[in-house]
Amino acid sequence: MTTPAPHRVLIAKPGLDGHDRGAKFIARALRDQGFEVIYTGIRRSPEEIAAAAIQEDVAAIGLSSLSGAHLRLFPAVLKALKERGAGEIPVLGGGVIPDEDIEELLAAGLHAIFTPGTPAETIIKAFRSACETIQHADDED
Amino acid sequence: MKTEDLLARFKARDPRAIGQVISQVENNGPQCSAILAALGADVMDSTLVLGLTGPPGAGKSTLSGCLIRHLREQGQRVGIIAIDPSSPISGGAVLGDRIRIMDHALDPDVIVRSMASRGRLGGLCAAAGGVVRVLAAAGCDVILIETVGVGQSEMDIVRLADLTLMTLAPGFGDDIQAMKAGLLEVTDLLVANKADLPGSEALCLEMSATFRDRSQRDGIDRVVRTVASQNQGIDTLMDRIEALNTNHLEQGIRTARRQLSLESETLDWCLELLRPQLLAAIRGQHQPIDPRLRAEQLIADRNHDQRQ
Amino acid sequence: MTNGNSLSDWQKQELAASLNRFPERKESFTRHGGKEIARLALPEELSEEYEQQLGFPGRYPFTRGVQPTMHRGRLWTMRQYAGFSNAAESNLRYRYLLDQGTTGLSVAFDLPTQIGYDSDDPMALGEVGKVGVAIDTLADMETLFQEIPLEKISTSMTINSPAIVLLAMYIAVAEKQGVAVDKLRGTIQNDVLKEYVARGTYIFPPRPSLRLITNIFQWCGTNTPLFNTISISGYHIREAGSTAAQEVGLTLANGITYVQTALDAGLELDQFARRLAFFFNASSNLLEEVAKFRAARRLWARIMKNRFEAQNPASQMLRFHTQTAGSSLTAQQIDNNIVRVTIQALSAVLGGTQSLHTNSRDEALGLPTEESVRTALRTQQIIAHESGVAETIDPLAGSYYIEQLTDQIELEAEELIATIEDAGGVVAAIENGLIKSRIEESAYQYQLEVEAQERIIVGLNDFQVEDEERPALLRVNPAVEDEQVKRLAEIRAGRDNNAVERLLAELQIAAESDANLMEPILAAVRSYASLGEICRVLRDVFGEYRD
Repeated sequence: MTTPAPHRVLIAKPGLDGHDRGAKFIARALRDQGFEVIYTGIRRSPEEIAAAAIQEDVAAIGLSSLSGAHLRLFPAVLKALKERGAGEIPVLGGGVIPDEDIEELLAAGLHAIFTPGTPAETIIKAFRSACETIQHADDED
Repeated sequence: MKTEDLLARFKARDPRAIGQVISQVENNGPQCSAILAALGADVMDSTLVLGLTGPPGAGKSTLSGCLIRHLREQGQRVGIIAIDPSSPISGGAVLGDRIRIMDHALDPDVIVRSMASRGRLGGLCAAAGGVVRVLAAAGCDVILIETVGVGQSEMDIVRLADLTLMTLAPGFGDDIQAMKAGLLEVTDLLVANKADLPGSEALCLEMSATFRDRSQRDGIDRVVRTVASQNQGIDTLMDRIEALNTNHLEQGIRTARRQLSLESETLDWCLELLRPQLLAAIRGQHQPIDPRLRAEQLIADRNHDQRQ
Repeated sequence: MTNGNSLSDWQKQELAASLNRFPERKESFTRHGGKEIARLALPEELSEEYEQQLGFPGRYPFTRGVQPTMHRGRLWTMRQYAGFSNAAESNLRYRYLLDQGTTGLSVAFDLPTQIGYDSDDPMALGEVGKVGVAIDTLADMETLFQEIPLEKISTSMTINSPAIVLLAMYIAVAEKQGVAVDKLRGTIQNDVLKEYVARGTYIFPPRPSLRLITNIFQWCGTNTPLFNTISISGYHIREAGSTAAQEVGLTLANGITYVQTALDAGLELDQFARRLAFFFNASSNLLEEVAKFRAARRLWARIMKNRFEAQNPASQMLRFHTQTAGSSLTAQQIDNNIVRVTIQALSAVLGGTQSLHTNSRDEALGLPTEESVRTALRTQQIIAHESGVAETIDPLAGSYYIEQLTDQIELEAEELIATIEDAGGVVAAIENGLIKSRIEESAYQYQLEVEAQERIIVGLNDFQVEDEERPALLRVNPAVEDEQVKRLAEIRAGRDNNAVERLLAELQIAAESDANLMEPILAAVRSYASLGEICRVLRDVFGEYRD
């Protein structure tokens, strides 16, 4: 067909912290780069995030957590996706995350982790490549 | 994935497959035509499509939350299409309507799909109509289509819906004035939300006057008072929807509306599908004649080519 | 009133009364060399405009400060907000601080407590004890204040949507200690309106939340007259990305809403207005921040006097706590944050704050270490004792730039308040997204400027260093969550569950009526009903807010 459809991504905040300034900035920055961004608001359980990502058939998920609960919450989202047969959707995470936790999260299967001060351009690029990865996987089928 | 496999999983109501099938239809993907062909002609027969419009802040999302809860208590499977505008500059969109329906995120019988308007030339129906039929095929008894504001996409939604509900609340005087000219005339039910606030009485009076003729014709009051935040008035609203729907079925109004809707959707698709060919014919040919005359010439040439 | 007279009038009235009750910190303040420092520098001629716009400290419109002697009389309270994972550990820390001469405690609660969930709720997973102490039942509150005489201290609690429950627990602890409730001093944040637009720990919809706040105003006005019943907070609005003027406008709009709601419920203005406190952010633009504090003070005084016709000066005064801007700290080259905090803290002191929290240099990375907390406190002490800015009142007054900016911020804030009122008031503007979209727009524009390097943040988008070593961080022991869950199970097993159920049922009936909920909640709390159980009842009656 004519132009390719925009990439659809989901931005979510698992856990209880209400600091959504970063998540909303990324949502808007992605929109301004042509993404369709489903924003699910604050205080979402890992299961709710996984279920929403599947219904919306997004190509990537971005998680933000600033309360220090990332080691429990981010892998919980991966687990919820796998249980629903959607383990291939790449999950990117952001927040106040110490170096040793970054390694642990990447080892657990997170696609990428961003910390305060990462330029938006880097984050957008990572989303784009994550979306394209999953799309190529689709094409090969 | 092969289309047969995808459709098999879709028929088994696998949420992942439902999501993927909707994407194929929304994006006009390679499997789109095969999927639509497999849906069947009678797919919409037992599904009711409700359009929900109204200005932001009138409580539309809270109201749709109430409707979903109510319908779920009756055991109905519900589909929701939440539409937000795309940025005309980047083509992207932030789709935030899901937030207020996240309470149902873990209910397998509530399927929510956010859609960006994507500035479609042929109108929103072209994609949304297909998604409505996919949701119906996925077993949804009722499908809610939500939009914000009073623009062109709302008029498109009215065409797609069997019944259109407009939510208003006290303090939206300017919006009402703006709507009177257009959307209000095609609205089936007016929901006067936040009926516990001052100003509600005046709003209801004004709306009742606007709807008086229609209400008197079939005895169904078109204005319903609710306090969605306290779940008040929802029973009445559901009764009113049912009465109106029954009435429309008996009088053949629903069938007529659906027929019209399908016709205009078909037209939208024709234009959409012809677009690339016409564009190819137009592009790069600078001729010193008026565009309108040039278009007539192109169509004539095209008809001539096809006859040969 | 003629010019010369107003000065001597102020000296004879406000100043004399103040000096009489509280002498200044020193008999005289002098520069090195012995020359006297002016208490209040004034223009040579006191014009009518000067008096209308600036006036004298401790007198309407309070531009130059709320007390006649300001920091010469008493330094601001150095109040460091801190969270420790469980009640027993916090109690030890508080007792240590009290031994060191602290008189004000500040309690940070964990997120489940702030949102009315018990520690064993599925929603609390991974969050228990993370950003503050977990309080499930009265038993936790008893532990938190064990061997701390509540009549001798003032306690500040950062709690909003379920403030009524935590306050009831605090009162119940006082009762158990045999302390007269009317002697209790402290502050609850209790500012739910900003939660919907900035901080995010809301539970119920705005209208029932306002009812709970009014219930607190009413009950405390009679029973705990020394307790500040609300701290109307611009801090989080600014952290969410608003401008300085939006911080003032939105905070005062919220203040107006609380006052109007209380008046509508039949409360007497002077019974609650003097117990309203404010809480602002101090960001790095030094002069803009000073002007902001002054503008906020003047605008609130005008609103209270002109709109609500408050006669008592105490009801017109905007008293405020300040915290330095957490969002301004960088995770890169963290020692630079000490400098940022210094500039920010200085703006708060120059702006006439009543109390101050200074952030620690490592807070952009995680919980601060003890050493960084000490440096943050030392920053305040250096400003207080070495910089000299506390020895004269409102030292930047009369600067062309400061006065112009003060006027501008006041005007911008007033315009924003008018816009919100045209949209049907704060609650309507929350519900239709107006306030959030204003803040988000400002936040987005700011961030775009940073991304484009139009705005330089040292160490972040310019002047970076390669391969920076990241410092050690404090971590919350993950066992805290399991221990807290176990403790809650023990309390549930040991209490009279029939009584709990009966009292919760009574609470439900009261919530469905128009009754003041303070007493039914106190009764439930005394029976060791948990925070989550009490909030469950209220959630069922009031519904839950969804953004």
